[in-house]
Parts: sequence; structure tokens; C-alpha cells
Amino acid sequence: MSAHKPLPHDAARLHVTGAARYVDDIPTPADCLHLAFGISSVAAGTVTAMDLDAVRSAPGVVAVMEAADFDVIPDCSPSNHDEPLVSDGTVHYLGQPLFLVVADSHLAARRAARAAQVSYAETAAILTIEDALAAGSIFEDGPRVYTKGDVTAALAGADHVADGRIEIGGQEHFYLEGQAALALPQEDGDMIVQSSSQHPTEIQHKVADALGLPMHGVRVEVRRMGGGFGGKESQGNHLAIACAVAARATGRPCKMRYDRDDDFLITGKRHDFRIDYRVGFGADGRIAGVDFTQYVRCGWSMDLSLPVADRAMLHADNAYLLPAARITSHRLRTNTQSATAFRGFGGPQGMVGIERVLDHVAHILGRDPLEVRRVNYYPPAQAASSDTATGDTPGAKTGAPLDTADLAGRGSVRVEGSSGGGRRFGAAYSPAPAATGNTTPYGMEVEDFILHEMTEALSESCDYAGRRAEAAAWNATQPVLKKGIALTPVKFGISFTLTHLNQAGALVHVYQDGSIHMNHGGTEMGQGLFQKVAQVAASRFGVGLERVKITATDTGKVPNTSATAASSGTDLNGMAVKVACDEIRARIARVAAPHLQAEPEAVIFDGGMLRADGAEMTFEEAVSMTYMARVSLSATGFYRTPKLEWDRIAGRGRPFFYFAYGAACTEVVIDTLTGENRILRTDILHDAGASLNPALDIGQIEGGFVQGAGWLTTEELVWDAKGALRTHAPSTYKIPACSDRPDIFNVALWDRPNREDTIYRSKAVGEPPLMLGISVLMALSDACAASGPAYPDLHAPATAEEVLRAVGRARA
Amino acid sequence: MTKQIVEMMVNGETREVMVEPRELLIYVLREQLRLTGPHVGCETSHCGACTVEINGKSVKSCTMFAVQAQGAEITTIEGLGSPDGLHVLQESFKEHHGLQCGYCTPGMITRAHRLLQENPNPTEEEVRFGMAGNICRCTGYQNIVKSILAAAAEINSASEAAQ
Ligand code: FES
Ligand code: FES
Repeated sequence: MSAHKPLPHDAARLHVTGAARYVDDIPTPADCLHLAFGISSVAAGTVTAMDLDAVRSAPGVVAVMEAADFDVIPDCSPSNHDEPLVSDGTVHYLGQPLFLVVADSHLAARRAARAAQVSYAETAAILTIEDALAAGSIFEDGPRVYTKGDVTAALAGADHVADGRIEIGGQEHFYLEGQAALALPQEDGDMIVQSSSQHPTEIQHKVADALGLPMHGVRVEVRRMGGGFGGKESQGNHLAIACAVAARATGRPCKMRYDRDDDFLITGKRHDFRIDYRVGFGADGRIAGVDFTQYVRCGWSMDLSLPVADRAMLHADNAYLLPAARITSHRLRTNTQSATAFRGFGGPQGMVGIERVLDHVAHILGRDPLEVRRVNYYPPAQAASSDTATGDTPGAKTGAPLDTADLAGRGSVRVEGSSGGGRRFGAAYSPAPAATGNTTPYGMEVEDFILHEMTEALSESCDYAGRRAEAAAWNATQPVLKKGIALTPVKFGISFTLTHLNQAGALVHVYQDGSIHMNHGGTEMGQGLFQKVAQVAASRFGVGLERVKITATDTGKVPNTSATAASSGTDLNGMAVKVACDEIRARIARVAAPHLQAEPEAVIFDGGMLRADGAEMTFEEAVSMTYMARVSLSATGFYRTPKLEWDRIAGRGRPFFYFAYGAACTEVVIDTLTGENRILRTDILHDAGASLNPALDIGQIEGGFVQGAGWLTTEELVWDAKGALRTHAPSTYKIPACSDRPDIFNVALWDRPNREDTIYRSKAVGEPPLMLGISVLMALSDACAASGPAYPDLHAPATAEEVLRAVGRARA
Repeated sequence: MTKQIVEMMVNGETREVMVEPRELLIYVLREQLRLTGPHVGCETSHCGACTVEINGKSVKSCTMFAVQAQGAEITTIEGLGSPDGLHVLQESFKEHHGLQCGYCTPGMITRAHRLLQENPNPTEEEVRFGMAGNICRCTGYQNIVKSILAAAAEINSASEAAQ
């Protein structure tokens, strides 16, 4: 079968009947205990007294664990050993776990946790950017700075110079399934942990650490998550460790899941940013140089903040060639939840910065922002490099020529939405060669820049120019309702910037009956990774998908895995599975070839058969023959991403294997009296390379866009002056609902193979579409600008209140 | 706290459970009856993951006491179909990619089932507003709306054919 197919999610049948199991659905032994944290009610200070008698005597409580109960308090940090499981007496944020309750039910544990009497000696909490700067409360020894060219000279020599600032709010993941873990004690002190985690190896490592075991004493299994979005890369550590230590102490299975409010209060969110900029530019809108200062509120512990802040710097250029640039990044330590990974991992914030700059420049010059964006684009890509033709090709045939029918089959690309027929893009792609230099501010050559063609195709298909003129005509006559439209590009770097993480392993067994068991280090959180990788396996063996059993991620099967993050799941694990399958396939071919009177290299696996020169046998026959010949039908596969080389301190090198691209055009309307706003229409054209599964990819794009739009519009995190998060439940924190979706929503894939040799020439699609949501913010800025002469300086999230303020600024 | 007996009809079967007066229906369904299709997403009636059908209404079972369900007729996602015999809506969500992580899916389908009972021929707009009480963090809703509209069309054409 072909690897490229719009097949449903692998577990769809289970999901639609409620039979798919998440951690909390797994049947537990009758003596299972349940845990809850007691959390701090102040943001900074020390605990002066903690009376837990009432907690201990509360109904159902079996044990209570506090700092004094540990020789060494287990650490939960993925990076810096700075997150004790329970407070050591110092309080770093409001919501920090102080003690752990072990009870016979979830509710009993939660109820008991509230009975504690805690007194604190409060100290002044560092909450804001100003607080942190004033107190010198930072991570690393100072700001990180990446530079390209001479910014000072570029600004001095520019026709125009503008300054500005944008505040960019954070975002709660709101994975619909909250954090959860279950620990099952085993003989000889070993532990099995079921966790809702994107990073089973990290859970294994931290649990082993907490229990004083080598990693081989802990096995972690993850079948699926009910959403992750980065929020389960490190934030599940606390629950897994708590369950493991409580299971060790009581000898009983222990389960923990955060109630939604606890999840909001305890776990980290997307980093909020302030970005100050000074930009020099010419009369045509071309940027001469830009100086960015990014202030990143990291929260109380280091967690993943350094690479997040790095990635924000690495996306400060987005799609634009900056002749001179300086990006300064301040990583601020504050007494708030420890900000963590969230889809895009800092990239979106960096990108909002430069998009704001271009919007501002266009406003000053009175030009169409899209024109200004386009004159600043990187030069077009060189014609696709020769390795596109010589690399691996879709289709399952060993040694077969390029399967063109299969490539045509990729026409399953579809355009969808309430309007619009079946358009396809990308067919007439003939890029002009690159002009001069096209390096990013970090010195990486942009070799595959396809946004000129994509922008052209999208602006035509959505009639950007016509609708921009209509919006202007509308705005000229309508005093209250103003429309805005914006088309913004996305260029997102694919690979972990911590180079060693770009590796993956797989384990494949073929059983005597021809059924296939597949395992790899990636985790399933709804993105369809398992389905895509199963398609790869089925395709390598030329069999139907029903033969491939997808099994839970298990540290006992594939060790030392990286988090399923950085959009890399399919790129890494798909390749590792392919390597394992090809190893077994070669062994089968060697055994079967003599019976087909052919050389092993000539054997083709297709349609459940092995074929060579007219002779054929079934896959089962060949497998059984291989077994009888005493040849192994099991193999591991390993993959590491090539070409990477990165020095994060100097800000120089090639951190990314390739870039994924996209463009979105959004039209909005605002009510200038109330600030209320609506998305009228969104058109998206997104680059998923040669999509492995267009249906799943389009799902990622739609979901990513809506999540990005939510981040920049309705999702507002509000901390009060005491450091309490006031928006700690869905009653006050508003993620997009079904009725908030754009009225018209068209999504199409850009139908071109990746120029780099990725799995079947596909591209990663997990994170990049989130940044398509920036088009909404820019459209809202356009609408605000239509209500007055001044630049509206719209901040994010552009809630109704913020839109109203921006309208006021535009009129000032 | 003294427990009391509650008798209810769940997915066509009479079930008797012993519950504390303060116990929420979602926990009785999930923990006592092992019906883990309805999920817990927020416990404050905002997300809809726990949606079940009670006496012909969509109800968020996280904000109803089990004792209030005395004598009620309850349908959960498990009562609509099984992995080997999917309901039209279930088939439609599967085929039209109306799910990603799947956590919202049981509640979505249960709600959509009731919506189509109330309004067998909804417009896209009506579906969008009729489903607004069920949150999905993954899909962006496009495929959910599409799944429901496709199921409605199928149910309607089947019933026309029957007439
Ligand atoms: S759990 Fe009941 S509505 Fe969210
Ligand atoms: S599919 Fe994940 S919440 Fe809906």
C-alpha cells in the first residue's frame, strides 16, 4: 500500500465508542490509593508552621507526606534540579505543592488537602517584568544576544526609524484530559508507571531518581494522552514521582490526577513576552535593521525556559531577510507558575514580534502590509536540490522506479470549507534562483524558501486585494463596525535546538502468522502519529494496515527516547520504524528470493505478496519460511537527524534540518463601541511536504490555527497583585468554542515534497499551524487602525477590552 | 455519610448503586458502573466531556448528583454503539476525522445525538451553536461540525428511503 493516505486516526473506532482508555480509565486494583497536593496560598516567602493533623485525621486518609518525610526531597525538574516535589520550606509561587495526601479516593484526598493550617512569612513577590529586572531575578548569567551585521549603523542610516512595544500574553494548555499518572509497585522494588506524558523516558528517569533505582527498575507506559500541546513534556513529572514515592511507601498502587483548578494553579503555561523593537526601514518598506529586546517571564523554576527563549530568538526573523539584526533575550525569574513548553515553544512569540514590526512599518508608510511583508521576504529558493530526485520515493517497492501513480495519488489533498471548490496548489512551481545572501540572524542559510509562491497562490485564491478594497470601502462608510484583513506567513524551524535530542528508536516484530507489532519512542496525543507511523510500516512490508498493531509507548521496548515535541514525532519515529522494517524486509527477501528464482534485491513487497519476475508468494508464506530458516523476524531501528550543528551561546549554526511554511489570510470585524470582534473568514495554505496523511495534517492545521487564534484573542491569563492566578478555570479562561470558529474557513495543503530527505518527503505539521493564528491578531490591528489616524499598538491577547483600548489609541 | 440506593436505567439495563448523597453522577458512572466513556474535563459544567443523555436531555453528569438520577433513563456513549456496531454518528466522526486526542469525543457524540433528535435537519450555524457547550481543544471544530452534518444527512436519507 502507499504510505500517503487520508486514513482515520488509528484508534478512531475506540474513541467514538468511549472504549479508548486514558490513564484515569485504566482499571486499577481494588486497593489503589489516590493522591492530591496541598498547595501554597501565597506567592513568595517561607512556611513558618504547617499543621497537618486535620489532614491526617480526615476521612479516608492513609498517609501524608511532607518535606521532612524524605531524606532528599525528590526533584521534578527536567533541566536544573530546582523543583522539589514538595516545598522545602521556601515558597516560590502561589500554587506550589507543600505536601502530599494519600487517601482511599480522589475526593477524600482533595478534601483532606484543604484541612491544613499553614502560616507563612511572606516576602515581596516578583511578579512582573519590572519587578524581575529591578531585582536582577534572571536565569543564566545575563541576557542572551544574537546579532547579524551592524544594527547601530543600519538604524542610523535608515530613511525611517520607528520604536514600539508589544505585550504578548501566555496561554494555558487546557489539554482536555488533565495531568494524570498511576504507579504500580512491583517485586524487588521495581515500579511500573502509566503516565499521561509526552516524555516517557523523562518520567522513567525522574521516577528512578526519586526511588533511588537505576533506570532499569522503572518501566513507563503511555498509550495516549487527551491532548498535550507541550503541557505534558515536563509537567507530568510531579504526578508520576508522587505516585511512585507513595506507592513505595504504602506498597499499594497509587493514582493521581489534577482537578482542573489544581492543574491551572500548579502547572506551567506558555511564556508571556514583552517585545520592544526599534526598526530602520526605507520608503519602500524594506527593513534595513531591527533591534529586538525580548523579555520572557519564565516563572519560578528553569524548566524548559532557556530553549523556549532561544527558539523565540530563532523566530524573530520569521520569513524576512533582515540585513542587520540584534535580538536580546532576558529570561526573567518570577514568583509564578513555571512557564513551560507550549506548541511552538517560543517560536510563536518571536514571530509575533516581527509581524508587529512589519504591520507598524506599513502603517507609517501608509502601504498595504502584505506588500511590505513581501518586499522583505527571503529571496526565493534555489531550484529544488538534486537530492530530491535521488532520495527515497513514496511507495513500497524495493528497487522499483519512482511510483508516479502513487505521487498522483497524493492528489487526495483537498480544499475545504463552507465555500470554495477543489483547488490544488503547487503544481506550477518554478522558483527563480536566489539572489544574494539569505542567511538568518543566526547564520543559517535559508535554502528552501517557498513563501513567494505560496503567498501568491493564497492571495489570489482568497482574493486578498479585492477584499482589502471592499473592507476599505466598508470602513469609509461605517462609523461603528470596522473590518480588517491580514495575510501573514509562517516559516518555522524543524528540529530540537538541543541537537542530541534529534534521535529516535523503534522496535518491530513480525510474528509467524505475518502480523506485525510496532513500537517506537513517540507518544500519541491526538496528532495521529501512531497512524502515520503505522502507514509507514505497512507500506514498507507492502501489507494492509490491519496487520500492524500499534502498541503503547513503553520505555521497556524502546529506550532513551526524546520527548514527542518540536513537531518531530513523525520525522524521527517514522524514520526509525522504516529502518527497522527495512532490516526485517531484507532478511525475508534473502530467504524468499531463491524460491522466487530471483536476487533478494529484486523482490518486491506489495499487496500482501512478495513478487519477482512473475513469481510470487504471500507475505505469510515468506514470513513462515523465514522463521523455519531460523532467521530473526525482529529488529530495532535507529535514526538521527542529519546536517545539524548549533552553538546556542554564540547563536550560530544550523539548528534546523528544514523549515515548514504556511500562510493565512484572515478577515475580521470589530465593534468600535464595545471591542467585540469576530473572525469572518480565514483562508490557509500550509506546507506539509508530501503529506503522509492529508486528512490528519489538515486536522492539525485547523486545530492549530484555532488554538493560535484563541491564544491571541480570548485566552487571557490574569494574575492579581498577590500573584494569584484569577483565571484558573474554564469559567473565566476562555478557549475557543464551536461557535467561535471563522464563518468561512478554507484550508489547503501546499502539495510539494520536502527538499530534505525526510520520511517519504513529508514535513512536520504539529506546531507550525498554530502561528497561522497571527493573521487574526494582525487583521484585528488593521481593523483598529481603520478607526483613527494613529497606530493602535494592539497587544495580545486582543480581548474585547484590549481592542477597545486600541481603538482609543488609534483615535488619539 | 449514609449511603442510599439509587436505581436507574443505564443504556437499557436497570442498575442499582449505593451512593453517598453528595456523590456526582459522573463518578458513579465511571467508577461503579465502569462506564469510562464519559470523561472528566473540568467538573464545573464548562467542557462537556462528561455529557450523557438523561430522560431525553443532554446533561453534564459532573454537575448532577447521582441521587438526582433516581428512576432516570440514562444513555452514555457506550449505549449508542459498540466498536463492532457503530452508530451512524460514531461512524461519521470516525470517517470525517471528527476527533484527534479523542477525549472530548464521547461527550461530543452524545450531545450531537440529542441535537439531532431535537433538530433532525440542522444548518451548519445551528450545529455550531448547538454544540457550543462542548469544548474541543484539538480539532478546531471544523471536522466535528462536518461529522454531525454528514450523519444528519445520512440519517435523513435513510428515513426517507424507509418511508
Ligand atoms: S467535566 Fe462535566 S462539563 Fe467538564
Ligand atoms: S479531540 Fe482532543 S479535545 Fe477534542
